Amino acid sequence: MADISFRLKAENKGDAFEIKALFKHPMETGTRKNKATGEVYPADFINEVTAKVNGAPAMVAEWSGAVSQNPFLAFRVTGKAGDKVEVSCTSNKGDAGTQTVDLA
Amino acid sequence: MKRRTFLKAGLATGATAVAVNAGILAPNTVLAAWNEKAFATKTVDDGMTAVFGATNAADSADVKLKAPSIAENGAVVPVEVDASAMKGVESIAVFAVKNPVPLACTAKFSGAGVGFTSVRLKMGETQDVVAVVKAGGKLYKAKSEVKVTIGGCGG
Repeated sequence: MADISFRLKAENKGDAFEIKALFKHPMETGTRKNKATGEVYPADFINEVTAKVNGAPAMVAEWSGAVSQNPFLAFRVTGKAGDKVEVSCTSNKGDAGTQTVDLA
Repeated sequence: MKRRTFLKAGLATGATAVAVNAGILAPNTVLAAWNEKAFATKTVDDGMTAVFGATNAADSADVKLKAPSIAENGAVVPVEVDASAMKGVESIAVFAVKNPVPLACTAKFSGAGVGFTSVRLKMGETQDVVAVVKAGGKLYKAKSEVKVTIGGCGG
């Protein structure tokens, strides 16, 4: 149960705020093999990212291992300056991370 | 640990028996929310059925799918789906049709969420990317071909 670290940024797009998240994660699919030994690297990928605005659920993303290494996610929410956006992620191994950002 | 390695090796070499699938996906069952069934499907239609319960999506210009026509690096293909022109967007799913599991990601919206998602995907070969949007109870889709010059699945 390790922590997943990521960065969070909010950007005002006029009619909505764009939240950008950059995660630090290997996103191992579970099908990739070590060419030298033939051993399969075990699956280890972020499979769920949830976002809340002022505590109310706004977005739930579910991912497969097809999402790139060190994933980037952008999504949009409506709101006003000062609203708090909380983003949490969990991996198939149970690792998790949470960050918050203020809309401005 | 040996048992897991064995099961996964079996899957990689093409033994896709249901029992094997159930075996390797078992660690996920604790995270009840993750749609384990949908992410084990092998075709776009099966994936759509598992996510939306239907496969009859209509082409729509309001589903704005942005993907590169040529991706030099298949390990990082930026894909953006913008359905903010539609009303009542409930969810978005993105499929890379030739990936081992075509369903790459989904996003569900509620409250302040807007129908928009942008991610980077891995693609092993040249293929179509399909974005499916559920809005007002109906399904809409858009398709875009991505030519991959270097595969992204570690071959």
